[in-house]
Amino acid sequence: MSASLVQQLIDGLAALMLLTSFALLAQHRMLSVLNWFAAQGFLLAATAAVVAYGTDNHELYISAMMALLLKGMLLPWLLWRVIRKLRVHREVEPLMNSTLTMIIALGVTLFSFHIIQPIEKISELMTRDSMAIATACVLLGMLMMITRKKAITQVIGFLAVENSLFFAAIGSTNGMPLIVEIGIAFDVLIAALIFGLFFFQIRTTFDSLEVDAMNVHLIHKDDDE
Amino acid sequence: MNLFLATLLSPLVGGLLLGMINNPRLAARINIATGVSTFTFSLLLAIQVLDTKSVDAIDGWFHLDAYNVFLVALTTFVGMTTTIFSGPYMRHELEGGRLDLPRLRLYHSMFQLFQFGMLLGFTTNNIGVLWVSLELATLATVLLVSLYRTPASIAAAWKYFILCGMGIALALFGTVLVFFTSSAVLGHGNEALNWTALYAHAAELDPAVMSIAFCFLMVGYGTKVGLAPMHAWLPDAHGEGPTPVSAVLSGLLLNLALYALVRCKMLVDGSTGTDMAGHIMMGFGLLSLAVAALSLHKQRDIKRMFSFSSIEHMGLMTFAFGIGTTLSSFAALLHMTVHSLVKSGIFFTVGHAAQAMGTQKMSEIRGLIRHHPGIGWGLLIGTAAIAGFPPFGVFTSEFLLFTAALESYPWTTVPLLLGLLVAMAGLFRFVQPMVYGEVAEQAVQVHVNMLPVYVHFALALALGLAIPGFLAGWYEQAAALIVSGAVSGGGA
Amino acid sequence: MSSAFVQMLQAILLLLLAPLAAGFVSTCKARLQNRRGASVLQPWRNLRKLFGKEVVMAEHASWIFRTAPYVVFTATVMAASVVPALLVDTPLSLTADVIALVALLALARFFLALAGMDIGTAFGGMGVSREMTFSALAEPAMLMSIFVLSLGAHSTNLTTMINHTLNSPFALHPSLAFAFVAMLMIAVAENGRIPIDNPGTHLELTMIHEAMILEYSGRHLALMEWAAMVKLMLFATLITDLFMPWGMTLEASPAGVSLALALWIVKLAGLLLALAVIETGLAKLRLFEVPEYLSGAFVIAFLGLLSYYMLEVGA
Repeated sequence: MSASLVQQLIDGLAALMLLTSFALLAQHRMLSVLNWFAAQGFLLAATAAVVAYGTDNHELYISAMMALLLKGMLLPWLLWRVIRKLRVHREVEPLMNSTLTMIIALGVTLFSFHIIQPIEKISELMTRDSMAIATACVLLGMLMMITRKKAITQVIGFLAVENSLFFAAIGSTNGMPLIVEIGIAFDVLIAALIFGLFFFQIRTTFDSLEVDAMNVHLIHKDDDE
Repeated sequence: MNLFLATLLSPLVGGLLLGMINNPRLAARINIATGVSTFTFSLLLAIQVLDTKSVDAIDGWFHLDAYNVFLVALTTFVGMTTTIFSGPYMRHELEGGRLDLPRLRLYHSMFQLFQFGMLLGFTTNNIGVLWVSLELATLATVLLVSLYRTPASIAAAWKYFILCGMGIALALFGTVLVFFTSSAVLGHGNEALNWTALYAHAAELDPAVMSIAFCFLMVGYGTKVGLAPMHAWLPDAHGEGPTPVSAVLSGLLLNLALYALVRCKMLVDGSTGTDMAGHIMMGFGLLSLAVAALSLHKQRDIKRMFSFSSIEHMGLMTFAFGIGTTLSSFAALLHMTVHSLVKSGIFFTVGHAAQAMGTQKMSEIRGLIRHHPGIGWGLLIGTAAIAGFPPFGVFTSEFLLFTAALESYPWTTVPLLLGLLVAMAGLFRFVQPMVYGEVAEQAVQVHVNMLPVYVHFALALALGLAIPGFLAGWYEQAAALIVSGAVSGGGA
Repeated sequence: MSSAFVQMLQAILLLLLAPLAAGFVSTCKARLQNRRGASVLQPWRNLRKLFGKEVVMAEHASWIFRTAPYVVFTATVMAASVVPALLVDTPLSLTADVIALVALLALARFFLALAGMDIGTAFGGMGVSREMTFSALAEPAMLMSIFVLSLGAHSTNLTTMINHTLNSPFALHPSLAFAFVAMLMIAVAENGRIPIDNPGTHLELTMIHEAMILEYSGRHLALMEWAAMVKLMLFATLITDLFMPWGMTLEASPAGVSLALALWIVKLAGLLLALAVIETGLAKLRLFEVPEYLSGAFVIAFLGLLSYYMLEVGA
């Protein structure tokens, strides 16, 4: 594959990453959110593999394999199992309607493009175009966390942010050193397991997975009687 | 070299072992044993650094210098005393029905794994591994905050998890940006993430990228430090967990986050050559001081009140590091040490007080000094210490901070003083009725072990009166390092 | 062969093949649903039948009602004849501006709406209000997706855009991919196909386009229906021109034109088959979900714009 074809592939994968971030914000059903999240994992693995090919960095192949197994398969499966056990197949409940969320998402993308511009100009890597997209995906994941009422979609937003950070690492640095990547992946896995445990605790105590139901118990702690 | 491995493996092995032991007494004993062994190893390590100025280990993966050696020793010391405190305390909780055996097992193993994460973070030479260990320490404590399974504690643990997870993700982005610019200078391998290499080449790192990276690192690690306005998780998390967990969270984890923040500030200063990082830190510090001092007055729960006090002190330390002179850094380092000691001692006392009175609500705790003089005096002395009364160490460090602020930014002494006074007023306003007055009806006698508390307060007193020579030497060296943005080479 | 001749040939072909295209879609749908369906020539037969029938109008119908079918038909045919299908550079190519195209279609829609409201029936008003709401959302999306394409060619003239695509080296452009998906979504909406509107429905409360022409009969109805079929053909040709123009001739030679014609029919058949599959596979959206669908198309087109600037400029 020629260098320009590799570059085009990376650009295409970056555009698809951005699409998955938007799609995560637009979904109404929990299962389709999980499917898009798994698609994100696959895209990450593909990007890592392409960059590994383009830069002849064999450590990155291992990262790609980890991304595929962990983020493309294991995490979505874990979350799906939790969702099935908790029987939360139903709707995702957003805080504001989907059109407004989309418009804010577009604004966020423009903003991240603007702030990353000076950094992009310095980079000489083939992946530099994807840096702005990676930053946008990080901020979009955070937007997802803020605008959701259910605990599970908050967690998926958090994991989407971690995905985008991995993407940013590949895009801006052609991959962090393997030790660090392994450590980060390990942390994400433990976090997901703890989240899973948490959902059951929350469900048993509160009988619902709405975050507002939990916050009620903390709000009154500050007022003077 | 072996000492590094020993110090790290001790809590790791202990944690894994404790995950399998069901008997509460045996578990408590093994917990204490692990704490003691970790402390011993770290003491030996510290002595080694005393001889050789700085130690690198295992191909430069670990690095001890004047800045982190005393923090390592502090962590293991407070960890040890907490294990001593937690034995009978958790047994009382178990008997009271707030816990069951599986959860106690989780508590013990997670406690040691938390220690492991902390030590890994302090001793590592790699900025990426520092991130990983900070996240690891957070994850170990998340389940501990919700240990009692009350609605409030689960809500608190969730808030803690999400907010700190968010902060840490931002810090990771900052780390990626640092790697982005350092890999251009140092190549794509692990070398580009090592503190030693980074500091040596700080001037060659791109200032624009480092500035943007610092913004992310400041907000990210600042969330973990508990700086306003990212502090919303702290009162809940520190207030709802069991007392030993609150003690280590307030006393130790915040230190690790601040340590990471200051290491990054050193790097950014070396790269940009401006005071931007320092000014940002000062701003956050003052804001935290103000928010904490004012919020203190609105609290009803004793642990929440003292956790706001932690926010206030972390704000002070951040402010001090932000000023960036040798004197202010010295003050901040001293403050880190005494705050850990005093705050954990206070939390131990508060834990006993809550057990004795059966509640954490300050309006219902009364007459501690009559009911159990040890607890009463402990709380009174502890509050005096943390509020900055002489001759305790907090007074010394705050005085030094004032001097430093007066030298460099005189107008900041006014908000500083105001904040400290408001906080002191808040603390005493609540503590005085709790300590004096008629004993509340529901008070019970509890088995109280005040020895760790007195040891902590005595150390804080000693540090206030006469700092030992070697410690002062370390503080000076560390302050010099922080100001100059460099790290001492191996065996220099 | 002069280019003017080819231009006329294009226009006539568009006009004549439109009912065939509509019939092709119906037949594909029928086969996909395991029915035999009507023959592909059925729409021609329908039009011929309608032209022979008497026009019945309401007593209080105004001149708008009488002239609207002619205006709608003429505007649509004018738009269709301007779009190049076989030859890239035609005598009328200066007028082949996409914005002019959208304006002509808007004119047609305007008169269609007036006609729907003219008699004062409930269904007519209902269809018009729905159509206007959806077109208010669809038009920005369509313009956005066309702008994405015009960024590269620095012009909104169709001929210039086609020339630009034919002359630049083949590359994977994410912006074009996004614009393509957005255009497909908009084309489905503009032509009143599932998942927006069911063209074969007989339930008046679910109609959008049909509700507006409910009162027409005879040759008026024939013209309205023919205009709708030409519009479908127009959008399909627009999509093949913008996104897959290879095969169009640059000069008016018999060989080139024949090849272009063959390829055009193949591409159209592919697109219409895809439409049939979409119509069979998806269910009609509920009315309040249509704005979400359309804003989704807008967002995708905007993403195309963003990817153009983020990934392709200065790369």
